[in-house]
Amino acid sequence: MKKSVMLCGLSLMGLLLTEGHAATVDDLLLQYQREGATGFSAAAGQELLNRTGQGGPEAEGKNCASCHTTHPAKPGQHAKTGKVIEPLAPVANPERLQDAAKVEKWFLRNCKGTLGRICTPQEKGDFLTFLLSVR
Amino acid sequence: MHQKQKLLGIGLFILCVGGGISLGVSASDKERSGGKQHRDVAPVQEKQYSADCGSCHFAYQPGLLPARSWEKLLAGLGEHFGENAEVSQEVQNALKTYLTRNAADRVDDGRSKKIAASIAPDETPVRITETRYFVKKHREIPRRFWEKNPKIGSLIRCEACHTKAEEGSFNEHEVQIPGIGRWED
Repeated sequence: MKKSVMLCGLSLMGLLLTEGHAATVDDLLLQYQREGATGFSAAAGQELLNRTGQGGPEAEGKNCASCHTTHPAKPGQHAKTGKVIEPLAPVANPERLQDAAKVEKWFLRNCKGTLGRICTPQEKGDFLTFLLSVR
Repeated sequence: MHQKQKLLGIGLFILCVGGGISLGVSASDKERSGGKQHRDVAPVQEKQYSADCGSCHFAYQPGLLPARSWEKLLAGLGEHFGENAEVSQEVQNALKTYLTRNAADRVDDGRSKKIAASIAPDETPVRITETRYFVKKHREIPRRFWEKNPKIGSLIRCEACHTKAEEGSFNEHEVQIPGIGRWED
């Protein structure tokens, strides 16, 4: 009895987290569309993960995969500091994509740091679509 | 089923008692390490700082650099050791308050005071590893122990060798160099 209550609780928590990232991403995709993006593609998002920066000396040779690995369901490691970075894909890390401000903060920091510029609404939408498609 | 519930109950009981004991131990550890004046460096207690700075690197305690160094670092987050680490103005203000109030030259913790005292008044170091105190404390460690060591690579990774770094304790008796072992000079 106690066990089933606990299982119920756990699955409810899982469900709530899933709902959380789905709603957050939906809102962000709508926002990106309002900003001019159209038809998001997981394949384009995956291409972005491996695109090497050309934005000046600080971005030289870097891409998202340098720290996040080429598979978003796997944990990464900061290239310089060695800090472990939890997986990007919600399937492996349910805490991801729960908070729109946090998503935007990391797009800002990491697009500038890697591509040497801010990402377009299209790129951001493609990338989120890719992360959600990862199984 | 009854048997299973009983086992579950016993398991939970052991967990609770075990948890209680470990809590008790950590409390007495704290007492043993003494009051404020014996503390090494105050541990990080600001969630904003842990989240915004500690996501990419060890969350260096504010007591590891003087206030003027933290101000200089915060003013240049757009180009932070080759990375973009921008935060909103609001977050930057909050971080500035936290870091400067608890900076090495503003607190009473033993190692913080030594770090602050090792920096000339006209210097504003942005790397902890460049402060005179840090250099003196690490100069006897052979470069080969860390430079090509995949688990270290750079002295910026405090936690790689200082097993209690996160608690703000940098005592040499707690040092474990990966692949090398204990270090005491």
